[in-house]
Parts: sequence; C-alpha cells; structure tokens
Amino acid sequence: MTETLLKVEGLKTYFYTEAGIVKAVDGVSFDVRKGETLGLVGESGSGKTVTSLSVLRIVPKPGRIVEGKIELKGENLLAKSEKEMQSIRGREIAMIFQDPSSSLVPVYTVETQLRDVLSAHEKISKDDAHKKILDLMNLVGIPEAEIRMREFPHQFSGGMKQRVAIARALALEPELLFADEPTTALDVTIQAQVLDLLEDLKKKMGMSLVMITHDMGIIAKMTSRVVVMYAGNVAEIAKTDDLYYRPRHPYTALLLAAVPRLDRKKTLSIIPGNIPNLIEPPSGCRFHPRCEFATKKCEEAPPVLEEVEPDHFVACYEWKNITLKGETGKND
Amino acid sequence: MTEENFLQVKNLVKYFPIYSRGVLTKKQVGQVHAVDGVSFNINKQETFALVGESGCGKTTTARVILNLIEPTSGEVLLDGENIFEKFKGSDKKEKLKLRRKMQMIFQNPYGSLDPRMTICDIISEPLVIHKHVAKECRCERVYELLKLVGLEEYHAERYPHEFSGGQRQRICIARALAVEPEFIVADEPVSSLDVSIRAQILNLLADLQKSMGLSFLYISHDLSSVRQISQRVAVMYLGEIVELAETDELFDNPLHPYTQALIEAVPIPDPKTKNVKARLRGEVPSPINPPLGCRFNPRCTHATAACREKKPELFEVDKGHFLACAQPGQA
Ligand SMILES: Nc1ncnc2c1ncn2[C@@H]1O[C@H](COP(=O)(O)OP(=O)(O)OP(=O)(O)O)[C@@H](O)[C@H]1O
Ligand SMILES: Nc1ncnc2c1ncn2[C@@H]1O[C@H](COP(=O)(O)OP(=O)(O)OP(=O)(O)O)[C@@H](O)[C@H]1O
Ligand code: SF4
Ligand code: SF4
Ligand SMILES: [Mg+2]
Ligand SMILES: [Mg+2]
Repeated sequence: MTETLLKVEGLKTYFYTEAGIVKAVDGVSFDVRKGETLGLVGESGSGKTVTSLSVLRIVPKPGRIVEGKIELKGENLLAKSEKEMQSIRGREIAMIFQDPSSSLVPVYTVETQLRDVLSAHEKISKDDAHKKILDLMNLVGIPEAEIRMREFPHQFSGGMKQRVAIARALALEPELLFADEPTTALDVTIQAQVLDLLEDLKKKMGMSLVMITHDMGIIAKMTSRVVVMYAGNVAEIAKTDDLYYRPRHPYTALLLAAVPRLDRKKTLSIIPGNIPNLIEPPSGCRFHPRCEFATKKCEEAPPVLEEVEPDHFVACYEWKNITLKGETGKND
Repeated sequence: MTEENFLQVKNLVKYFPIYSRGVLTKKQVGQVHAVDGVSFNINKQETFALVGESGCGKTTTARVILNLIEPTSGEVLLDGENIFEKFKGSDKKEKLKLRRKMQMIFQNPYGSLDPRMTICDIISEPLVIHKHVAKECRCERVYELLKLVGLEEYHAERYPHEFSGGQRQRICIARALAVEPEFIVADEPVSSLDVSIRAQILNLLADLQKSMGLSFLYISHDLSSVRQISQRVAVMYLGEIVELAETDELFDNPLHPYTQALIEAVPIPDPKTKNVKARLRGEVPSPINPPLGCRFNPRCTHATAACREKKPELFEVDKGHFLACAQPGQA
C-alpha cells in the first residue's frame, strides 16, 4: 500500500459575501499519496484554488473553512494554531500560486524576497542565501541570474515572474507542493523544462505534487491520478489512464471532448449551459441542468462518490446505465 | 474583403536600461534588448499571432504598439498614420479617438482589475471615458457584454476578488469590447480559462471579428488556440522575429529549428504519449547580452561556425513564408 500523505474529507469552504454564501468548496474528499502527482482539474470557478488555499489554511476573508477534515501524515491541520501552520507552510506544504505576482511584492527586489523565504524558518547567512538563490534561479531557467535577481518584479516578463514564483515555492524543499497553473505563462519549451524539473525534484526529494491545470496535455504527461471537480464538488477520481480512456462522469467526458489537439484535427465541442451560481447551486447533482443523462432523481439529492472499480470513484447516479466516450486516439 | 496593412510595425526596437545597485549613484550597466528590430503588418479583419519563448518581447511589442511605453526606435502606422506622432501631438480628441480604436486584453487578469470597483463600474469605465453609450443605456450595455462573455447579470454588482481566475479574464475581455474597438491586442487572453470557456471565447473573438471587422494581435503560448484562430503567425526569439508564415503553413512546414522545437514540445492530451522529454536543451540565453550571430545558435543542433558569426536576416523562402536561418530545411 502506498502511504497517504494528505487526506481531505468532506471539506466545505464558504465565502460569506453581501450577496449571499458562496459555497465554493462543498464537501470535497480526496487523498494525496506519498511521491505521487495528483491532477486537479475542473471548470473555471469549480473550487480548485480554494481547495488548495484551504489545505494551507490561507483562505482569504470573507471565506472560512466550515466543515471537514484535513490531515497531513495523520495530523489534523484544522486543529493547528496559526503559529504551527506558519512552520508547516513553505517547509511541509508549499504552493505555487495561480497569480505569480500575488506572491511577489512589487517594492522589493527578487533577491530580497527569496531571501526572506529562506530566512523565515532558519538562520542563514547572507552569502549562503545569495548562493542558494542563484542556484534556485538557475534551476528555473532565468538567465544572468546574478544581475536579474537585483531587479524588481515589474521588470520581469510574465513567464519570468512565474519562474520566480516556482523558485520561491521550491526554496524550502516542501514535502507536498500545490502547483496552481504553474506553467500557463510559460512557452511550451520552458514549460517542458519546468515540468522536468518538478519531476526531478519529486524523485530526489520524494515530494508529492498536486498539479492544478486546464492543460489536459500536462495532466496526461505528469499525473498518476486525477480528481475532477465541478461546482465545488468532486465529480470523479481515477487513475489517469482510466480517466482519459474510460471516463465515467458525464462532465469528465464533455471536458475531454473539449480539449483541443495540435496534432490532429478535431471538432471542438463546448460544454453547453451556464456555469452554476454557487450561492444558489442547482439542487441534487449540481451538474444536472447541463447533463444530457439527468433524470428526476438527479434533481432531488446529490449523488455520493462511489468506487466503481479499484481506485475509480464517481459521483453520478447513472454511471452504470451510460456509455461515455473517452480519448480514442483517432480523428473525429 | 481584406484590406492590407491596417497596422504596420516597422523596425521596432525597445531596450530597457539596467542600473547598478549603488544607493546614491545610478549607473547604467547594460540594457535588456527586449525588442530588437521587429517588423510585421496586420491586415484588416486579420488575426495575427505572436508566439515565442517566455521573455522574448511579445508583451513589450504589444505595449509599444499601444503607446503604453515609448519605443527606442521604429514606427507604427495605423491606417497609414504614424501613431507615435499622433500621441505626441496636442489634439486631445484625436488621441482619445486613437485610444478607443485600440484596446488591450492583458496577460494578467489579476493586476488589471481595480479591486475597489464593481464589475459594472469596471466594464462601463471605458464607456464613460469615451462617452460611447448614452448614460441611460450603460447598464444595458454592461449586461449585454457580460452575456457575451458567458457571465450573468448578477455578476455586475460583485467585486473582482470574488471571481476565479478564468472568470476575471472574461471581465477583462468584456471591458475591452465595450467601446467597439477596431484593433485588439489580446495577450494570453485564454490561458487561465478552462477548455470549454476557452473554445467559447475563441469562437466569440472570431465572430466579433467578422461582425465588427476587428483586427487582432493575438499573443499566446497555447499553440492549439493559435492554430485555431489566427491567419498568420510570427515566431519570436530573443527580441527578433525568426519565422513568419500563414498558420497552416507554419504548423505543417516549420522551417526554423526553434519553431520546430516549439511545436514538438506541446504536450499531447493522451496519457499514452507520456514521458516525452523536452527536446530543447541548453541555457536560456540572455536578452542583456544576446549571443552573437544567430541568437538561437547556442541551443541549435544545426549550428555551424557561420551561424555564430553572421546574423541571418529574415528572407522569403516561399510565398508569404519568411525565415531567419542560415540553413533552412536541414532538419
Ligand atoms: N474572495 C471570494 N469571495 C467570494 N467568492 C469567491 C472568493 N474567492 C473565490 N470565490 C468563488 O469561489 C469559487 C471557486 O473559485 P476558485 O478560485 O477556487 O476556482 P478555480 O477552480 O480555481 O477556477 P480557475 O480555474 O478559474 O482558477 C468561484 O466561483 C469564485 O467566484
Ligand atoms: N519595465 C521593464 N524594465 C526592464 N526590463 C523589462 C521591462 N519590461 C520587460 N522587460 C524585459 O524585457 C524582456 C521581454 O519582456 P516581455 O514582457 O516583452 O516578454 P514576453 O515575450 O511577453 O514574455 P512572456 O511570454 O513571459 O510574457 C524580458 O527580459 C523582460 O525582463
Ligand atoms: S447524477 Fe444525474 S445529472 Fe449528475 S452527472 Fe449523473 S446523470 Fe448527470
Ligand atoms: S542560423 Fe544556424 S544557429 Fe540559427 S537557427 Fe539556423 S541553423 Fe540554427
Ligand atoms: Mg484557480
Ligand atoms: Mg508577456
């Protein structure tokens, strides 16, 4: 049995806004195993980022974790004090943020910011920090690091900022890394280098990785298992191959059909219907207004995740009765 | 009907100075060659794509074209008129008109939305500045724009931080479309969107292009979307255009070794193709001290001594297919 590193159970994170309660994450369960790369995919706004922020306990106001369990190596993170969490953040769990500039302060040089991260947890001399930062910047592929580390974030291109954000997250060699769209601002050749780098670090340090991305090519290449989210719920969890070739949830199948491919012609389908309002989410299965297989039952009560084969979980009443098309390796 | 040369970019150069760290004395120690002699033209109703390595100068090119930063040298003509001269001129009305004609959708949907403004205010701001729509109709127009980008009326009263990354990008797009511009620079407009909304937005941009006669400069790392919506593509490397061709030609018959590496590095959404290792190796070169000769030579597997000495100029290999490489077609 592979060891479980992180276990999330029944997580609910809500935002208490003037307009109402936004149920951004509403009963999410999954686990991350030691040394694995887990993919986290789903519609824009489905709660991927908020889920990660919840694990790190940095959900911004007016958001709050309302319910659920988050265990890291068997320890309940929700019971930790803020001080204890501070020593966990960065060293045990780190995150590469979707918005690279949010983790960079405009008024400090890149070097200063990375040094602050390094010295936050332990004493490190200026020279050692300088060397470490130089290494990190080389690692993520920033040329002339010695000169450029003295610059400010606005002097960096989008992709360079993203690479600094990656360097920042890797600085303390975390055990678990949430990478939220870590390569969207990078061109594909540098993206490939960064992904290789993450793979290497995983092997070297035994790091586990949660990869959040809309790029199903990256998910295919990097992950061993995938969690599919829809409107704050988990729709499906499966081994990567199973998910691509034998999706069980109607949303997953539509998602796969919408993925463009550069290597062959494909008519792109769009998932019909509107994104759900998370203040008044659809009753029952949240996907029912957009689902072609929906029955009366689907509107009444939400389906729960059930294991349909080893390591393959689906939250859908109809999974037995429907055949879905996955990746077929052929032109349409 | 296509009109040629709606936008002409001529030999555009933008260098950023780099200073030493002295506290009192600020000494220039070098410069970033962000954009180094870039020329292209965009036809009316055309989507022209700019792709290339991160940091190669795509956003800088766009910002210079929109006059958000001053060029070091070079010219940009819109409808035959030199825009830098116009912006320098004194006619306020003319400047405003020019601003309305050209809009930008930014790379970073986070930084470009004012957190204190509601979505309604954000989208109607350009309508107010340009007095584009009568006051009474503004709300209607905002709702219409929200619908257009796949958001709902009830989103209008919310604030940017209440939206996910992808939702914010759609707000940026709605804002850019508000004043019905003629030319839009879209810098990574869909990179933070999920595939379905991405397809929707790309279709939307294509529809608008037809119905409103828009021209686009489309900057993206997402080559499948480039293939889907652009008519011509320019590939940049370290501040220079290394290849330019019609879209299908570029993807089916890439001639520059960098373009080839780029196309090959696109991850395929099929787990069976796992572990394809990055082909392009070697140090990412520096725009501060760009390599002599062909700027790609330190990473090029076909490089010869000649490549290290003489910089290859862009030339037309085939009709409409331009290339800057000393040894085309060797790969
Ligand atoms: N501060 C906030 N206040 C109110 N609602 C919020 C806040 N932050 C996030 N939300 C809502 O929570 C939901 C989930 O957002 P989240 O950022 O997790 O989505 P995501 O899956 O990461 O999407 P994307 O792929 O677009 O980044 C969204 O509907 C969003 O509008
Ligand atoms: N204000 C500035 N001061 C100094 N250097 C700058 C400034 N803006 C950009 N640069 C530099 O110019 C070069 C080109 O940057 P640019 O943002 O145009 O790249 P890009 O092609 O858009 O990259 P990406 O794909 O990563 O967004 C980079 O080396 C960048 O660091
Ligand atoms: S539970 Fe019903 S509505 Fe939900 S995905 Fe399954 S069939 Fe569709
Ligand atoms: S000119 Fe030489 S180094 Fe440059 S791309 Fe062509 S073969 Fe490679
Ligand atoms: Mg997100
Ligand atoms: Mg850019």
